[in-house]
Amino acid sequence: MMEIKISPQEVRHVADLARLELTEREELLMTEQLNSILSYMDKLNELDTSDVPPTTHAIQLENVFRQDAVVSSVDRELALDNAPESDGVNFIVPKVI
Amino acid sequence: MHLYALTIHELHDLLTRKEVSATEVVSAFLARIEQFDPKLNCFLTPLADAALVQAREFDQGATDAGISTLAAIPLAIKDVICMRGVRTTCASRILERFIPPYDATVTEHLKKAGAIFLGKSNMDEFAMGSSTENSAFQPTRNPWDWNRVPGGSSGGSAAAVAADLCAGSLGTDTGGSIRQPASFCGVVGLKPTYGRVSRFGLVAFASSLDQIGPITKDVEDAALLLQVIAGHDRRDSTSVDQPVPDYRRALKQSLKGLRLGIPKEYFVEGMHPDVAATVQEAIRTCHDLGAEVLEVSLPHTEYGVAAYYIIAPAEASSNLARYDGVKYGLRVPDAKDLISMYRRSRSQGFGSEVKRRIMLGTYVLSAGYYDAYYKKASQVRTLIRQDFLGAFTRCDALLAPVAPIPPFKIGEKTDDPLQMYLSDVLTLPASLAGVPGISVPCGFSSDHLPIGLQILGPHFREDLILRIAYQYEQATPHLRSRPKLVLE
Repeated sequence: MMEIKISPQEVRHVADLARLELTEREELLMTEQLNSILSYMDKLNELDTSDVPPTTHAIQLENVFRQDAVVSSVDRELALDNAPESDGVNFIVPKVI
Repeated sequence: MHLYALTIHELHDLLTRKEVSATEVVSAFLARIEQFDPKLNCFLTPLADAALVQAREFDQGATDAGISTLAAIPLAIKDVICMRGVRTTCASRILERFIPPYDATVTEHLKKAGAIFLGKSNMDEFAMGSSTENSAFQPTRNPWDWNRVPGGSSGGSAAAVAADLCAGSLGTDTGGSIRQPASFCGVVGLKPTYGRVSRFGLVAFASSLDQIGPITKDVEDAALLLQVIAGHDRRDSTSVDQPVPDYRRALKQSLKGLRLGIPKEYFVEGMHPDVAATVQEAIRTCHDLGAEVLEVSLPHTEYGVAAYYIIAPAEASSNLARYDGVKYGLRVPDAKDLISMYRRSRSQGFGSEVKRRIMLGTYVLSAGYYDAYYKKASQVRTLIRQDFLGAFTRCDALLAPVAPIPPFKIGEKTDDPLQMYLSDVLTLPASLAGVPGISVPCGFSSDHLPIGLQILGPHFREDLILRIAYQYEQATPHLRSRPKLVLE
C-alpha cells in the first residue's frame, strides 16, 4: 500500500497558505494527485547528498548591484490602468483593519 | 513559392531587393491565419490591423529599422511576454484582461529591429504544461495531425511556425517548453543558456529556469532571432554580461574534429522505437560529416523529473503569489474581506494544473518539509549540473532525443499529471543545469509525426549548438517539409 504523504487536512492547510479555495471534489483529487507526485519524489532519497552544496542559480553570479539612486519607473496613471478598483491615486481593496 | 512558406532570411532578401512589399508579406500571413487559425488555435490575440499599419510604414520608408535582418518580418510572440498596450494573458483567466504598461526587453529589441507582430500565441497557462492543453482558452492543434498536441508550453508559437502562420516566433523554455513543441511540430527551437536573454517583461514562472528563445523554420533563422534578443540587460539582475558572438557566422564551420557525446541515459526504457531510430540515424549523419561520436554518461538524468518538479513549482508558488486581485488581474467582486478576495480571485482565475503546482510548491517550501524536498532537490540539481560539466570535458556537445515519444493525441495524457511530468525527462536536466539546447527536425515516425534531435552545449556556447544543428540541417534537405493543411 502506498504510504500517505499528505493528508486531506494538510492539503487544506497548504491551500490556506497558498490562498486557494478548493471544492470538496478538488480537495479529494488534489490529495490523491499530490500523494502520487510526492511518492515519486522519494526517488531523490536514493542519492547521498550530504556533502553536496545546493544550487539555486545555474550560472554563478554575485552581487549584482546598482547605485542607490532614484530613477523613474512607471507613470501613476499607467500603474493604475489595470486596477480592478481605484480612486485615481490608490488601489481600493476591502477593508483590512 | 508562397510568401508565407519562406524563412526569415529568405523574406529579408526579397524585402531588401524590393521584390516584394511588407504589405504583401503581411497580407499573405493574415490570409493564411484567417483560413487556418480558427481550427489550429495558435493565436490568443491576433494583431492584424496593427500589423498592416506597421507594414505600410515600412513600405513608405517611414521606419528607422532600414535593412535590419528582422525589418518587416512578421512574428508570433508567446503570450507570456509583455507587449505594451497589448493584452498579455499567459493563457490564464486571471490575466484575461491584463494590458501591460510596458514592453519586455525582448519586445523592445524586436521593435527596434523593425519586426512586425502578427499576434500573441497560445500556451499552457503560465507556461505550466507540455501540451498546450492547459490553456484556459483553447487547445492548439498540431498542424501535422489536428487530433494531436503541438507540445507545450510554447505550442501556439511552434504550431504557428510549422503551419506557416508566421515567419518565426518567440517561445519560452523552463523545462523544455521550446525544445519539445519544436520537436513535436517539426521546426527549430532553441533554449539559450540561462542569463543569455533578458527576462525583464517575461511573466515569471520559475525564475532560476525561465528563458526566452526563438522557434523558427530553419537554423539560420534561429541564429538571426537569437542575435537580436540576446545580451545583457541591467533591468534583469540574472542577465549575464557576456559578449554576444556573431551567431550567423558561426554556422558555416564544418563538424570536422568535433567530439559529440551521446548520453546513454537519454535512450530511456519505453522510448518509442521511431524516436530512437531517427535520432540514431541523425547521429550517424553527424559522424559522416566528420564528427567523432562517443558514448558519455550523465548518471543523474533519472533524478531530473523529481528535482525539477520540486524546484519549479516551489519558485512558481512564490512568483504566482502576486496574483491577488489587488493591482491587476481578476478580482472576484463582493468579497467580505481581503483574504476572501485573494482566495476567490485566485481560485476562479487559475486552472487546475496551475493550482496543482502552486500547492506542490507551497508544500515543499513549508516549515518541516523544506529540507526534505526543496533543499534536497537543489542539491540534486548540483549533481545534475556537474554531470554536464563532466561530460563537456570529454566532448564538445551532446546529441540526444528531445522527447521519448512522438506527439500524442489531445486528451491522451490529461488524466495523470505525473505521466505528463515524466515525459519531460529528456529536457529537464539541461534546464536545471542552465545549459543551452536546440531541437532540430531529424525525421518522422511511421505515422508521419515529427521527431526532433536535441543538441546540448556548454554554457554560452549557442554558437556551437547552432553550428552543429546547421551543418546537420544542410546535410538533410530531404527532411525539409511542411504539413499539408487541408480544411474539411
